[in-house]
Amino acid sequence: MENEKKGTAIVVTSGKGGVGKTTTSANIGTGLAMQGYSVVVLDADIGLRNLDVVMGLENRIVYDIVDVVEKNCKLKQALIKDKRHEHLYLLPAAQTKDKTAVSSAQMVELVNELKKEFDYIIIDSPAGIEQGFQYSIAGADEAIIVTTPEVSAVRDADRVIGILEANEIYQPRLIVNRIRQDMVKRGDMMNIEDILDILAVRLLGVVPDDENVVISTNKGEPVVMDEKALSGKAYRNIVRRIIGEEVELLNLEESNQGKFSKMMKLLFGR
Amino acid sequence: MGLLEIFSRRQEKSKDVAKERLKLVLVHDRADLSPRLLELIKNDIINVISNYAEIDTSEIDIKMTKTTKEGDNKPVSALIANIPIKKLKMRDDT
Repeated sequence: MENEKKGTAIVVTSGKGGVGKTTTSANIGTGLAMQGYSVVVLDADIGLRNLDVVMGLENRIVYDIVDVVEKNCKLKQALIKDKRHEHLYLLPAAQTKDKTAVSSAQMVELVNELKKEFDYIIIDSPAGIEQGFQYSIAGADEAIIVTTPEVSAVRDADRVIGILEANEIYQPRLIVNRIRQDMVKRGDMMNIEDILDILAVRLLGVVPDDENVVISTNKGEPVVMDEKALSGKAYRNIVRRIIGEEVELLNLEESNQGKFSKMMKLLFGR
Repeated sequence: MGLLEIFSRRQEKSKDVAKERLKLVLVHDRADLSPRLLELIKNDIINVISNYAEIDTSEIDIKMTKTTKEGDNKPVSALIANIPIKKLKMRDDT
């Protein structure tokens, strides 16, 4: 085949569940497509499919990843085209199978196949460090670790970083999700420096705790498309860093502030 | 909340508590050494040393830590044991 691409496979992982892996995958995938890249987001959480609803594509699923590796369908038949972006596709997880349905070798083969067609393959890893996690990292070139500023999430992130290294995926990049600047200011939440000090990894970005994420997920439209939301801007910055741009860290001061504190800011400049 | 409490809260922020706790727990995680295993090692060390010396078992401090290798700066785990000896058993029957 001529014009074969040589895409990059990036796994989004965290160890701990509920820190925002799926939201992050959907937003990074969508954001890269908004930048004009061809992207496939791959839901590797077999049995707990969710990337489809976060992206608003749940009604279009016919085949899934297990159908592809079991050769019940062609890869192209299982890929679901996004409603809003030309070059964005979803490869959904199976909902009725379990995590033993896909092996690491099958995953490597699948990802290599996708790399020929797409610029980026974003793999949404399941929580935990068991088999599902193992095959989700099998085909990845790079890793993005998602954590929140909580001891449990940071501890699990550290564990995952160690396992990734053991699997020869070096220098993962970190996204600190759901940071609350008001709590950081009070000293009741670890700040970015604290977390980087502990984990010793490269920072890819910081996403504020923003109710717009819930609202956008309700609608099945990743918040990266929301021009006004601060979290949307945070994801757009993350995407720009992934494609190699230098982007300054987002000023989180604007986040989660009511009218009163905004007024205080105007009045007293604090 | 009493006055003292207000002051102590000001001194130790909860995020600093979090950070300290994390640092400690990660030392164990990274070394793949559970507190239970460390306890087993500790007991064995006590048994061996007790053959030669009287030791203060309540003051024993054994922990895993990270240090760097001489030469290159690769991080390595080290087991640090601080064992206060009360009295040597002057046995020399070997």
